[in-house]
Amino acid sequence: MKISKYSFFCLAVALALLVSGCATTQERLLDSDGSQVQIRSIQTRAFDTTDREKTLRTVMATLQDLGFVIDQADNLLGTVTATKLNKYALRITVSIRPRGETQTLVRANCQYEDKPVYDPEPYQQFFASLEKAMFLSALQVD
Amino acid sequence: MKKICSLILLSAFILAGCQTKIPKEALELSPQSLEMRQLQTRYFDTADEQTLLVSSAGLLQDLGFNIDESETELGFILGTKDRDAKNAGQIVGAIFLAALTGAYMPTDDHQKMKACVVTHPAGENNERIAARVTFQRIVWNTQGQISTRECITEPEIYQEFFSKLSKAVFLEANEI
Repeated sequence: MKISKYSFFCLAVALALLVSGCATTQERLLDSDGSQVQIRSIQTRAFDTTDREKTLRTVMATLQDLGFVIDQADNLLGTVTATKLNKYALRITVSIRPRGETQTLVRANCQYEDKPVYDPEPYQQFFASLEKAMFLSALQVD
Repeated sequence: MKKICSLILLSAFILAGCQTKIPKEALELSPQSLEMRQLQTRYFDTADEQTLLVSSAGLLQDLGFNIDESETELGFILGTKDRDAKNAGQIVGAIFLAALTGAYMPTDDHQKMKACVVTHPAGENNERIAARVTFQRIVWNTQGQISTRECITEPEIYQEFFSKLSKAVFLEANEI
């Protein structure tokens, strides 16, 4: 059986496409496919408050409103981790830190099933809910 | 041959584009969220958050949970337990199916249950403490695969939990 040039081309492209879905352990471990700056800007907002405890408590209450169960919270480190189970598993870690004299930075990162979430939309929705609970605007950080 | 190769190429394109994506509403407040909050929250006429947390931890122990995590400064306790998840109805169904068709259907086997209590001061002058509890469970079947992942929403469960919490607060106050 002779394979024509066209068939050979098709098979080569198909193989390349399938292989492109696989990643090395280094790429998986360090999720090195996203830009650090861009990811931070998607995942971070600033709030005009310096009340650390209130911010963390509001984050926890918002996560509960969104159907998460809190797995971990640390006041000293300023982090909260939670899981939502709703046929799927969604895990989120929210961390806060002071920014200048008057602001607090809130950052969230999500994992959906076994993948990181880089889509801006879920983060926008999260911060929209947090804004309402904080009675403060979530400010975009450049 | 050409046709087959074109088909392979097409399916490769489809597979490469196929990725499970986060559902749109995953991080959006649902219309039921307020109702759920009310169901999962009770207010206690005390300003002593720590005592309420201690009572909650005592109650979780009463209910057979082990405390996995806690942060008293933020009013948070997480308890988990592993329990049997075998369901008589499901097993009978599987046996019938096996007898009729010879097919083996895995049934629920065991589950991990999580209970999380978060307290926070409430009221205008923080004269009350709110306690909110949320439950989740993951069920594995007899083949070791996850068969259910869910948040538990039955109102009766929350009602029973809070009636027991009131009792625990009383027992704690009287050092029983």
